Amino acid sequence: MKRRGKTALGVLLTGIMLFPVYWMVNVSFTRDQDMRKSPPDLFPVHGTLAGYRTVLDEQLPYLGTSLVVGLGTVLLTVALAAPAGYALAKLRPRGGGVLSFLLLAAQMIPGIIMAMGFYAIYLQLDMLQSVPGLIVADSTLAVPFAVLIFTAFMSGIPGELLQAAQMDGARAWRIFRSIVLPMSRNAVVTVSLFAFLWSWSDFVLASTLVNGGAHEPITLGIYHYIGNNNQEWNAIMATAVVASLPAAVILVLAQRYVAAGVTAGAVKD
Amino acid sequence: MSATLQKSGHRATLGGPAPAAPRRRPTSQQWAAWAFLTPVTLYLVLFYAYPLYRNLDLSLRHYTVRSFVQGDAPFTGLANYRTVLDDPTFAPALLHTVVFTAVCLVFQYALGLALAVFFNQHFRLSATLRALFLVPWLLPLIVSASTWSWMLNSESGVVNALLSAVGIDPVNWLTSPDWSLASVIIANVWIGVPFNLVVLYSGLQSIPTSLHEAAAIDGANAWQRFWRITFPLLRPVSAITLLLGLVYTLKVFDIIWIMTKGGPADSSTTFATWSYQLGFGNLVPAFGPGAAVGNLLVVAALVFGLIYVRVQRKQALS
Repeated sequence: MKRRGKTALGVLLTGIMLFPVYWMVNVSFTRDQDMRKSPPDLFPVHGTLAGYRTVLDEQLPYLGTSLVVGLGTVLLTVALAAPAGYALAKLRPRGGGVLSFLLLAAQMIPGIIMAMGFYAIYLQLDMLQSVPGLIVADSTLAVPFAVLIFTAFMSGIPGELLQAAQMDGARAWRIFRSIVLPMSRNAVVTVSLFAFLWSWSDFVLASTLVNGGAHEPITLGIYHYIGNNNQEWNAIMATAVVASLPAAVILVLAQRYVAAGVTAGAVKD
Repeated sequence: MSATLQKSGHRATLGGPAPAAPRRRPTSQQWAAWAFLTPVTLYLVLFYAYPLYRNLDLSLRHYTVRSFVQGDAPFTGLANYRTVLDDPTFAPALLHTVVFTAVCLVFQYALGLALAVFFNQHFRLSATLRALFLVPWLLPLIVSASTWSWMLNSESGVVNALLSAVGIDPVNWLTSPDWSLASVIIANVWIGVPFNLVVLYSGLQSIPTSLHEAAAIDGANAWQRFWRITFPLLRPVSAITLLLGLVYTLKVFDIIWIMTKGGPADSSTTFATWSYQLGFGNLVPAFGPGAAVGNLLVVAALVFGLIYVRVQRKQALS
């Protein structure tokens, strides 16, 4: 009885929290002529797919760029961070503590600063408006976090296992590739999820480094769309719904990885 | 998995030698370790240190668009910093940054804690609902910001419609200087609550239930149990959550820029948006002063970042 009341309250609170998400979906299905209605319809009474047709017509190239940049960021991040995590967790190099500290400090640097620094560098290298340039810049959002996650996770791999492999004559690289990496699948998943999401969501680096170029990600697609018209909110919100899909899919498929990633490194239990 | 991550997480961030370190560190292993670390070290130098250095350099020179491309801008020392300090935007931007950060932190923490305590109870769907709470945190900021923009629209926004349903006059959320800061705070609190909820929830999980049971037998009511047991035992986790929240909130840019561009009339400008405004927001960019504002922000973020590391380390040792 009491428990049922708590469940009801929990559902209510979740509903309030997710109302903006519902509202985004609702508006994405609303007809143009109903958009300025006061009070607004709480449900898409005269539902329309016009907004989604606009997305298909105009936003697909942006979505494609975001996908390429996101996957590129994931590959770069894992390739850089996994070996580093192994070294910090298992090989205990001198100076490893300093490096961990620098990685932690790197996460505190505001994105706008990185954006301005990269802009100055890319302008001279003639690398503005390039996809590889954006991949490298976006990877700075995830690499320090990824190294710390890998270090934490790989510390949990039993040392006996690695020593046994060493006895059999395996060198560090072989041990890393054949034992440590396969055993760290969960960490690879967690890191990849966050690297992809952060790069997919990035706005400030994209708007400074690839603005106006041939390859703009979906965040700029939405931003231009708001700037160019403030009438077709159904199309803007439809784009927003589509841009949210990776987050939704990731939450449904990999909920525990997300929760682990949020808490990892932030708290000692 | 979450437990392993947390358990070893603080050890990793602590950076010191792990308790079970072997006595000898053979040289070959040192070589191997640094071979594995070389890519990341180079990466830190090229893609963190160098952009930071360029940013510092930007703030110490007088740049025009032409000299920016040619790279021959004259060195002017701290002139850009003086310009920024004398700018009429400085005082409001500082005030807004402090207010934005403080108010967001208080509400995110209070709501996050209340929800964490609530979801720490056992009831059906508890885990599922808690997972759903993560949605706002995972959404791209441009999505959240544009959704809130439309919800807070003066004429057709659902927020004003709800207010008028209970007899409150419509508010010009984004277009009135009195409300623009409140608007971006509301949106940012919404985005930050999930992080606080998840971290504080994991802190609550580690408090043994036997303490509460014993207190309940002694006749303590729910509020006393929270105030005298839960809250004090949660203090270390709270400190970390608040410090990390502080560092994150200090650098919030997307939400404010997308919703209000810092306006109207600078009424929601913070250091982050001001820096961007100077560097990229005008036809004639002021890269030097923009970088100067940005560097002030870095200093603030790093100060609190260092406090975070100290607290983290002290807690790991205790």
